[in-house]
Amino acid sequence: MESRIRVLFLIAAFIGLSGCAATKNLFGIGPKEAPPPASEPPGQVIDPAVERREVKEPKIDREDFEAGGFAGIMSVEDFGTNVVYGVRIAYHITEGFFVEATAGQTEAGLTSFEVLSGGAPIISEDERTLTYYNLNLGYNLLPGEGFIGEGRAYNTAFYLVAGLGSTRFAGDDRFTVNFGGGYRFLFTDSIAFHVDFRDHLFDIDVLGEDKTAHNLEGHVGVTVFF
Amino acid sequence: MSEPSTTTTPTTSLSNTFWGLCLVALALTAGIPAPAEAADDEFRTVAVVEPFLEMHTGPGRGYPIFHVVDRGESIEILMQRTWWYQVRTAKGVVGWVDEKQMNLTLNPDGTGANFSPASLQDLIDSKWEVGFMAGDFGGANMVSMYGAYSLNPNLSIEVWGSQILGDFSNGWMGNVNVVHETWPEWRFSPFFTMGAGIVHTSPKSTIISGDDRTDEVGHVGAGLRIYATQRFLLRAEYKSYVVFTSRDDNEEIEEWKVGFAFFF
Repeated sequence: MESRIRVLFLIAAFIGLSGCAATKNLFGIGPKEAPPPASEPPGQVIDPAVERREVKEPKIDREDFEAGGFAGIMSVEDFGTNVVYGVRIAYHITEGFFVEATAGQTEAGLTSFEVLSGGAPIISEDERTLTYYNLNLGYNLLPGEGFIGEGRAYNTAFYLVAGLGSTRFAGDDRFTVNFGGGYRFLFTDSIAFHVDFRDHLFDIDVLGEDKTAHNLEGHVGVTVFF
Repeated sequence: MSEPSTTTTPTTSLSNTFWGLCLVALALTAGIPAPAEAADDEFRTVAVVEPFLEMHTGPGRGYPIFHVVDRGESIEILMQRTWWYQVRTAKGVVGWVDEKQMNLTLNPDGTGANFSPASLQDLIDSKWEVGFMAGDFGGANMVSMYGAYSLNPNLSIEVWGSQILGDFSNGWMGNVNVVHETWPEWRFSPFFTMGAGIVHTSPKSTIISGDDRTDEVGHVGAGLRIYATQRFLLRAEYKSYVVFTSRDDNEEIEEWKVGFAFFF
C-alpha cells in the first residue's frame, strides 16, 4: 500500500516538474535557453498539426468620390438670366482639399439692344446655348454640423472652389476662370445636398467692345458619395 | 457679326453630348448601392489596445469627440473617407476615427492593424495619378487633364487631353508620353518627359478664314513635382512641341504649365 502511494507521488511529482520545466520561460523564471545555432537546422521535434489561422481582412469601403447633378439659374452678362442644369463629379483628396469637374448648360436670352432695336439678332439661336466645363480645386473652409431640432445633427461644410475651363457661347470656345463657394449638407453619410454660387469669367466681344464678362450662377444640387 | 461661323455647327452635337453625359452621370448615381446595406459580417474588425480610442462626430479634425471606446473592445470599420474611418462599436455607436488612432489597434489575429499612413514612400509606390494643369501654349491659353500609370518608381506613362483657347484659333490636343523621375524620393522631384500625339486647330472664323487642321506632334520636356501633402502634389513643367505640318516647315511651339495632381 505504502509503496503504491509512493509510486503515485513519484508519478505526480515527475509530471508536475516536467510541466514546470516546459513552462519555466513563460514567466521569465530560470535561465534563458540559447537559441540553436543558425547553421544547424533544428530537428523536427513537434509536428505542427494546427494550421496557421488565415484571417482574410474584408476590404474597407472607401467613399472619396462624389457625383451628382444640379439645377439653378445663371445670368449670362447682357443676355439675361435663365435656368442652368449640370453635372458634377468630385474626388476628396484629404479632409480639406477636393478636386471637382463640373459641366453645365443654359440658354442665353436677347440683349436689350436686340429687344429695343427689334432688328436682326446678334447671334444665331444655336449660338445662344451656353455650355461650360470646369476643372476646380476646392477647400472645405468651414466644416461643421447643422442641427435640426434637438435630436438630429448633420455634417456640413462651407467650401471655396476655383478653377479653369472652357465655355462654348456665341460661336466660340472661351477660356473661362470660375470661382465661388458652396454649402454641403450631408443628409446621410453618403448623400449630400449642395447650394452653390459661382462666377464664370470669360472674354467676349460680340457687343462691339472686348470685355471680360461676369456670369453669375446659383444652383442647388444633390450628390452621392461612392 | 451675325454671319454663321465654322464653329456654329458643332454646338448642337455638343449639346447632345452634354445631355448624354448627364444621362450617364444619372445612371451611375442611380446604380450606386447604399453602403449601409452591405452585409454586417463583411466589415473588417479591429481591437482597441490603447487605453482609449476617440470617436468624432464627423470625418475631420474639428468635429467634437462624442464617444470613447475602451481598451479591449472591438470595433467594426464601416467605411473610409480620405484618412478618416467610420467605425461601429459592439454597442452600436457609430463615429469617425482618424488614421493615427486606427494604426494603434490590433487585427483579430493579434498583429498590428496597418492603415497605411500617406508617407512619401506611399506616394512613390502608388500606381495611378490624375492631374489638372493649365498654362500657355504658344501664346494661347491651355487647360489640360492627364492620367498616369507608374511602371516603376522612376518611370510612368501619361495620357493627356488638352483644350487650346487662343485669340486666333481654338483646338484640342491629345498626347501619350513617358516620364522619367530621376529622384522620386525627393520632395522636390525633377522629371523629364517625351511623347507624341495629335493637335487639332480651328481658326476663329470672325478673324481668320482658314480650314481646320489636324497635325501630328512630338514633344520633349522637363518639370518639377512637389509632393505637398498626403496624396497631393503640385507640378510645373515646360514642353517643347514640334508640329509636323503639311506645309514646308514644321512649327515649333513652347508650352508652360502649372497644376496639381493626386494619387489613388
